[in-house]
Amino acid sequence: MPELSYLEAIRSGLLAEMRDDPSVYVFGEDVALGGPFGVTQGIAEELGSHRVVNTPISEGTVMGVAIGAALSGLRPVVEIMFVDFITLAMDQLVNHAAKLHYMSGGQLRVPLTVRVQCGVQGNMGAHHSQSLESWFLHVPGLKVVMPSNPADADSLMRDAIRDDNPVLFVEHRGLYFTRAEVPEGGSGRAMDRAAVLRSGTDVTVAAVSRMVAPAREAAEALAAEGISVEVVDLRSLVPLDVETLVNSVRKTSRLIVVHEAVEQGGVGAEVAARVQEQALYYLDSPILRVAAPNAPVPCAPPLENFFVPDKERVVAAVHRTLASQPA
Amino acid sequence: MNFDTAWKAGIQGRSGAENMKAAKQGSAKPATRHDDSSELLSLLRHMWVIRAFEEKVSALYAAREIVGLLHLGIGQEAVAVGVCGLLDTDDLVYGGHRSHGHAIAKGADPNRLMAELAGRFTGYCRGKGGSMHIVAAEAGFVTASGVVGGTVPLALGAAFAAREKGAGRVAVVFFGDGAGQTGPFHESLNIASLWQLPVIFVCENNGYAEFTPLSAHTKVERLAQHANTYGIPGATVDGNDILAVRKAMGRAVDNARAGKGPTFVECLTYRLRGHYEGDPGKYRELSQLADWKKKDPIARFTRVLKRRRAASAGDFEKAESDARALVDAAAEFALSSPWPEPEETATQVCA
Ligand SMILES: Cc1ncc(C[n+]2csc(CCOP(=O)(O)OP(=O)(O)O)c2C)c(N)n1
Ligand SMILES: [Mg+2]
Repeated sequence: MPELSYLEAIRSGLLAEMRDDPSVYVFGEDVALGGPFGVTQGIAEELGSHRVVNTPISEGTVMGVAIGAALSGLRPVVEIMFVDFITLAMDQLVNHAAKLHYMSGGQLRVPLTVRVQCGVQGNMGAHHSQSLESWFLHVPGLKVVMPSNPADADSLMRDAIRDDNPVLFVEHRGLYFTRAEVPEGGSGRAMDRAAVLRSGTDVTVAAVSRMVAPAREAAEALAAEGISVEVVDLRSLVPLDVETLVNSVRKTSRLIVVHEAVEQGGVGAEVAARVQEQALYYLDSPILRVAAPNAPVPCAPPLENFFVPDKERVVAAVHRTLASQPA
Repeated sequence: MNFDTAWKAGIQGRSGAENMKAAKQGSAKPATRHDDSSELLSLLRHMWVIRAFEEKVSALYAAREIVGLLHLGIGQEAVAVGVCGLLDTDDLVYGGHRSHGHAIAKGADPNRLMAELAGRFTGYCRGKGGSMHIVAAEAGFVTASGVVGGTVPLALGAAFAAREKGAGRVAVVFFGDGAGQTGPFHESLNIASLWQLPVIFVCENNGYAEFTPLSAHTKVERLAQHANTYGIPGATVDGNDILAVRKAMGRAVDNARAGKGPTFVECLTYRLRGHYEGDPGKYRELSQLADWKKKDPIARFTRVLKRRRAASAGDFEKAESDARALVDAAAEFALSSPWPEPEETATQVCA
């Protein structure tokens, strides 16, 4: 099994689909040259420059172009350089990509993949560091996936491109150069399913994207104290794998959700609501969220460090949930 | 496409699907060509179908048989028919919030369209779309949209795909003068020009965006000027003169098919009804309305055909009466169709 970086794994999934299917096209700013991070590097050379289309800085319109192309039978992959700029493409995503299959009574399909990278990494400040995934949970018709490791990045990319619906593929910039083994030819379908990364009996910690790492570190540290933590990587936010979460909570009776996005209105809220609907009476303590404070992302190192949840904050939450007992 | 066939088939009471099959048998023709009398008469018939359709929609709305937010294009039929009459079924058309006429001109089945407006399960979109979200995929009317300017980029995508497939197909987008001030409109002109896409921008400049005249939205007098800025051939034509629209459009289609890139056609026209059904229209002078009524595109084209002796008096009367009969049948089909079941609500959210 080759070891790939997260970034290379995204390219590997993308390239595999592009080799297989001539209707897959990439659109984005600077993508022909690889983009600022190099994800699409070399694709134009291999498959032809017509397949990797450089666009002007017109996010809204480029999203519309990709949707129109998808309606005409292509399977476009649009790169939005930073998720912060998806604001400019919201109209096309929310009003057209998400709804055209429905509004047309099934006449139309939008097999579109939107690649965005998000998150805090490198003191870039509030316009290049956000995590905005939860907005898209609120738009029926869109799917949202967030890989936390190279193998999932590769598989989820393949799944996203093959899907007949618009899929938001959210990469974390802070993971780009993390390395791990990636099975050749993909590791099978990863979409729609959460992954139980570590089995445990005392507390379930469900994490998203880059927060999976501190969740695992916390589990490791807590094991030394005799606390058994089950770590679940959500991977897919829409659809959300509630079944895996509920099964885990039935066993552990406690749940903590960890994400880098701000706490209010985040994925944690949705997870908490969905889990309690099915497993309230299995819970021994309130569901907790470990998330960024309700603030824009600051720039200065001490502020930025404080903003991002870490292992210590997960450990503290686990202690808190274990200390809280039903009356 | 040959929508004369579709129209006749409709008159004969065929189903929507048969209608479309008949329509699809029409073959691709060069867009710039000499029109013979029967072709001219067919254009008139199609304008009548749209007029009759929308007058029926208006009446059904007044009778509360149709609900919702309705924008009629009565008075603008020459643009829809002038443009779509030069397209094949496989050419793709995008519209906006005022697109009943565009869909019909592109070959949509009036029965299924009326049923959609009436919210019935037999409608094109099972009642999930409605007036501003018409999709008639079989006819190559890809989609309307409730977002002003929103479909302009989509048409570029269709043009991009058409070019990549190399089938010589073109994409057309209809939008209003108000859309000319949106960001996506300008971004789209730039990209269409940059990539030399086979797309035709059809601006229906009816002088108003809702209640505001164009002069209060922009200092630019002719929206075709924007084409100039972006290096796209542009023309402003009398949009109530179907032959003028057809002429400009013929050149645009031929260029697009030949790989010569986009064209911008601005059609000066006027809506003879309010912005939406129920709009009291206090922002417009009655005298202005009266002036434009004199320029009614259907009456005007009838006069042209009479002058050219292209058809008999009987033909003209029949064009209208057949259209009204077709539309009456569509209304009957729609109103006797079943409503969608409530359970339909949460279906087809994902493909
Ligand atoms: C993006 C957006 N903003 C506002 C509206 C509300 N609205 C509906 S139609 C309209 C005016 C559009 O004018 P124009 O483009 O000239 O088309 P017309 O109605 O004249 O056919 C407005 C502002 C909308 N539907 N979409
Ligand atoms: Mg207008």
